[in-house]
Amino acid sequence: MTTFPDTLGRFGRYGGKFVPETLMAALDELEREYNSAKKAPAFREELERLLKTYVGRPTPIYHAENLTRQLGGAEIYIKREDLAHTGAHKINNALGQALLARRLKKTRIIAETGAGQHGVATATVCAKLGLQCIVYMGEVDIARQASNVYRMKLLGAEVRSVTSGSRTLKDAINETIRDWVANVETSHYIIGSVVGPHPYPVMVRDFQSVIGQEARAQFQGLTGGLPDAAVACVGGGSNAMGLFSGFINDPSVRLIGVEAAGDGVNTPKHAATLTKGRPGVLHGSYSYLLQDENGQVQEAHSISAGLDYPGVGPEHSYLKDAERAQYVAITDEEALQGFDLLARSEGILPALEPAHAIAHLRALARELGRGKKILLLLSGRGDKDLNTVASARGVRL
Amino acid sequence: MSTGPIQQAFEDARRRRRTAIAPFLTIGYPTVDASLDAVKAVATAGADLVELGIPFSDPLAEGPTIQMSSHHALGQGVTPAICIASAARLRADGLKIPLVFMGYYNPLMSYGLGRFCDAAAESGVNGLIVADLPTEEAGPLRSAAEKRGLDLIPLLALTSPEPRIAAACRDGRGFVYCVSLLGVTGARAMFSARVRGLVEVVRRHTSLPVAVGFGISTAAHVKETGEFADGVVVGSALIDAMRDGPVESAPERAEAYIRGLALGAARPTGHRGQGS
Repeated sequence: MTTFPDTLGRFGRYGGKFVPETLMAALDELEREYNSAKKAPAFREELERLLKTYVGRPTPIYHAENLTRQLGGAEIYIKREDLAHTGAHKINNALGQALLARRLKKTRIIAETGAGQHGVATATVCAKLGLQCIVYMGEVDIARQASNVYRMKLLGAEVRSVTSGSRTLKDAINETIRDWVANVETSHYIIGSVVGPHPYPVMVRDFQSVIGQEARAQFQGLTGGLPDAAVACVGGGSNAMGLFSGFINDPSVRLIGVEAAGDGVNTPKHAATLTKGRPGVLHGSYSYLLQDENGQVQEAHSISAGLDYPGVGPEHSYLKDAERAQYVAITDEEALQGFDLLARSEGILPALEPAHAIAHLRALARELGRGKKILLLLSGRGDKDLNTVASARGVRL
Repeated sequence: MSTGPIQQAFEDARRRRRTAIAPFLTIGYPTVDASLDAVKAVATAGADLVELGIPFSDPLAEGPTIQMSSHHALGQGVTPAICIASAARLRADGLKIPLVFMGYYNPLMSYGLGRFCDAAAESGVNGLIVADLPTEEAGPLRSAAEKRGLDLIPLLALTSPEPRIAAACRDGRGFVYCVSLLGVTGARAMFSARVRGLVEVVRRHTSLPVAVGFGISTAAHVKETGEFADGVVVGSALIDAMRDGPVESAPERAEAYIRGLALGAARPTGHRGQGS
């Protein structure tokens, strides 16, 4: 499990580098620099120092007693990435890649964002490290994540609206890749998830693996053992890979990824790539993909902008086929119930992305039963989603 | 390796002291019928081979023009199967010049690489260009294409280091496509002088013809490129010309545009192209 990816960037049959030739040299350079940086004490020390003093790591784990009682089954523990600086796990990766960009002597940073959390995290680290920052964001997402757009601007980033295709995350990635092709010699592309061409899926996973490493040690400290299940939401899948990487060699720990079922997996409007897709190539890697019978990529749908993506990281595809991880799907409506559940029981407004994972706890806590333990990754806080939640309920703010 | 129809087309152009012209059209832009009429029209205007674009939902190497034509063609219901049937129609109508499919990898994978190559070869297509398939990922398609005598044409970029150039030249068939600029497709007023250096390096590794594309839009560009390359690929500027007016006369505008472009194709004696 830990030997992947291979030298071609493959996790089993998934992954690879399916990009225009212009980018290939930059990917090779990035891979070399990343491999040298991760062994370089100075790089590691700076990253660890900033994760501690700037991001606020380690983020805590706590026993969610009210939620446990309410669901009446397995004990629920929550890893609080919502408490990281900028309010989500995205900054772990953005910081690592920005430090890497500095080693590459690239001063112009480009990024895509869906929910805006990766855009905010990237804008934040660029402000901190003195790098120029341009964020591509779909027009639809700009409308539903207005406060994050403004946050990025306040942090000095330029937000470029993407009006092609579905005008969401997929198209924002297309446009960022197009920018990168034109500016590859001066720019580094900070991809926000475990997607894209090699080395991004492994690099982003590694930068997010701090979640799983901390969580494993914290959980053992708190309970004296390991969880029976570790649960996280999956759009591209970076928070889930970060968590899973800490437990991948613990066969007793079930790894569960929760996708967005939108209106339902048997409707045309969902984002349940692993549940309903079939393998194909999008954005540089071979992985499960929502596509029609002619190989055209289909538009995803989710109430949560961060899960609204028709692809998924290649390592998730591998873990699914290898049956090391299990993937389930939760509808928009169920996610809203998950949102309420955590808000009322624990006093935490979750982002709509992890609200999908929370919603799955109802079934999972019962299935595992009393005496078992579930570790939930709360990947981000819900402030950004207040408008979406309100409008789903017909409330005007 | 024997010389196939694509290489032969470059050789014929060279003998006539001309820079080969390879127009790119999206099948289904503005309609399937009009795009096929446009293929015939550009052949009449002097095109040496034609690239038939298979539309894809996420064409990440394309600028606004070909994004638009691709999106439009998908809206017309164009599928890889329709593209294959279109090539067969062109052959049935007597079109002789080589045809190359250009597109993205996922629709081909979805069709089945072997099945796709069988059907493409059967329809009279001679080669394939896949924008998101660098040489290290091209093995499965390359072997499927070779079995059916289809040339898998490699793309090289200004950023390609020499070992990658060597590998692409070794595996390439038909011609080598050099991308003239850092960026997506689209007409440019000026185009990069750096591509001349790339073509020189490519020549050290292959005797295949070399064509330059991306950003070429005028007869002057063709003349300038003809000083060091064997051919030019022109797509966005052609589609811009087709867009500029009523659908019915799009093929006529395509023909007129390529005629104008071909004014730059004549070469003085003693040019530095292939084989000279």
